[in-house]
Amino acid sequence: MNTIKIGVLVALFTTHLGWAQEKDAPKKVDHDLEFEIEGEYRFFYDDAQFNGQKDHYPSIAFRPEYSLDWNKGYESINFTGFIRLDRDDERTHGDIRELYYQKAKNNWELSVGLKKVFWGVIESNHLVDIVNQTDAVETFDGEEKLGQPMVQFSLITNKLGTFDFFYLPFHRKRTFAGSEGRLRFGTVIDRDDLGYESGAEEWRQDLAVRWKHYFGSVDIALSHFYGNGREPLFVFDPLGNINAFYPVINQTGLELQITHDAFLWKLESIYRHADAQDFFALAAGVEYTFSNIDGNGLDIGILGEYLYDERDELALNALQNDVFFGSRIAFNDTQDTSVLIGGITDLKSSSTIFSLEASRRFGSTWTAEVEARIFSNIDDTELILSNFRDDSFLRISISKFF
Amino acid sequence: MRKSIFISIALLGTIMGKAQTPEERGLQIAKAAEEADLGFGSSIVELKMTLKNKNGQTSERFLVTRTLELTEDGDKSLIVFGSPKDVKGTATLTFTHKVGSDDQWLYLPSIKRVKRISSNNKSGPFVGSEFAYEDLSSQEVEKYTYKFLETKGSLLLVEQDPVDPKSGYTRRIVSYNKDKGYRIEKVEFYDRKNALLKTLTYTDYKLYKNKFWRAGTFTMVNHQSNKETLLKFSDYNFEADLSEDDFSQVALQRAGN
Repeated sequence: MNTIKIGVLVALFTTHLGWAQEKDAPKKVDHDLEFEIEGEYRFFYDDAQFNGQKDHYPSIAFRPEYSLDWNKGYESINFTGFIRLDRDDERTHGDIRELYYQKAKNNWELSVGLKKVFWGVIESNHLVDIVNQTDAVETFDGEEKLGQPMVQFSLITNKLGTFDFFYLPFHRKRTFAGSEGRLRFGTVIDRDDLGYESGAEEWRQDLAVRWKHYFGSVDIALSHFYGNGREPLFVFDPLGNINAFYPVINQTGLELQITHDAFLWKLESIYRHADAQDFFALAAGVEYTFSNIDGNGLDIGILGEYLYDERDELALNALQNDVFFGSRIAFNDTQDTSVLIGGITDLKSSSTIFSLEASRRFGSTWTAEVEARIFSNIDDTELILSNFRDDSFLRISISKFF
Repeated sequence: MRKSIFISIALLGTIMGKAQTPEERGLQIAKAAEEADLGFGSSIVELKMTLKNKNGQTSERFLVTRTLELTEDGDKSLIVFGSPKDVKGTATLTFTHKVGSDDQWLYLPSIKRVKRISSNNKSGPFVGSEFAYEDLSSQEVEKYTYKFLETKGSLLLVEQDPVDPKSGYTRRIVSYNKDKGYRIEKVEFYDRKNALLKTLTYTDYKLYKNKFWRAGTFTMVNHQSNKETLLKFSDYNFEADLSEDDFSQVALQRAGN
């Protein structure tokens, strides 16, 4: 509901700006409308662990995109919508992924509205990435995000790098699977039951800043976020009751990548402080690509990453002391065929998650994707992962672009 | 008086001709071509790429390329994909260096991620086409060693050997047109086994600002796979007056949205 309100507000605001600008702007205005329809089928082949969960989930999603730019592209309005219909009522949802006005001039850029930004260098986990809330019902890898209301100001300097300032006036709550959904806990978490530490609740005015620069082969970024945490904090009392809420956090993040020959050396690290919890987490890894192996464009990349989280089993993503290994295969053919296979394994227990993601284009407007996640030998002591031990799945999706 | 000038010019010509090795002549031509193109500042061009397989089936991509001329170091370029629609907005930012490997960033619009990528993969195909990455990167004089081969009418044929061992070629034979500002008419690429791999032909040339030759069509034929890639360019825009600010990572994301 709040999403819609904000959307309308932003729409009014941006439309107004748009009109104001068009009077004196250079004549050329570019419109661009796109539409994607995605049919998806998820199949969970193990019997469900919890009541109400299904095995087969057919689903359909719509992604309209509209952009309008003028002033040689230095001013624009961008919109991306999203609607999904699914058997799980909570996965049936819609969102305004983006709706913002942007203006760029010389060495600065300003964006106002709902927007998505990404921070990070690591592939298997995104520790530093904190601006947008995760749309957790969408994908298992957490890469789908909810649109975040913001004012973003970027200042680009030659000598000192790029400075990004964010004013984030509203917090979006994380989505969770409903009683009919898979990949949930034994107790269904109702998004609306989760409260806030802050008295201002979702209207707490949050701030973030990030500095990014590069020196030769080194790309570096430092960031700080102060506001409502994006991850809910689960506190268990001695009687086993769960108290979950969004704490007020201070989080400092580091991103580092060294690009040397075909090696990408990566490091991401955060320190998060809240009254109820302080912790440190780190991810470090390497990616190496053997390119054009067959003289026909076949690239095979190998990835290795180590993930550490001081929260131990309370880490919501269950990646507390794990190793990720994987391979990215890109055929570089006209259909852009690519495959990513990998696994994350716990260094202390037997718990392992295998994954496969493959995609290919058919014709010029169709794409197909296959995804598989296999939860293997999940240790019963895994507080989070043990809930998903019967949730191995195969997902097939086909998209048509208009 | 007039006679003596003629004689001295003739003499000078002979001396220069004798003193110049084929290597020096080759380098001189490459530098002349570079010089002829100096001062374009910046350009924006739209292009349609048509990929043809050996059975004649085709697929298309639309791209926009922005280029910023730099003289102390290599040029900067920003390429944005307009189609196929599933990769629309995917963009690359490249800082070419005269010496050493280029700096390159990739923007993935679906997850809004900017990723620094290795520029190591020179010989691989660009988006499934017959163009390798190295064929499309800024052609800096320092990236090759040269040997002048022969003159064919107004064409000067120069062999160019890539300095970088990661190049997919042993040599390229480049035909410069000395009467048309040293524009390139044709390039023949020889693979690592020194067999003829590809031929690139430049046609539909147009002269911009009375100085800069730009081909409207690039035709790349792979003689070993019988595949073909055609690039058709729109008119070049040299008036956009782009600056370094249009080639930042922030600009990369903006271009892809």
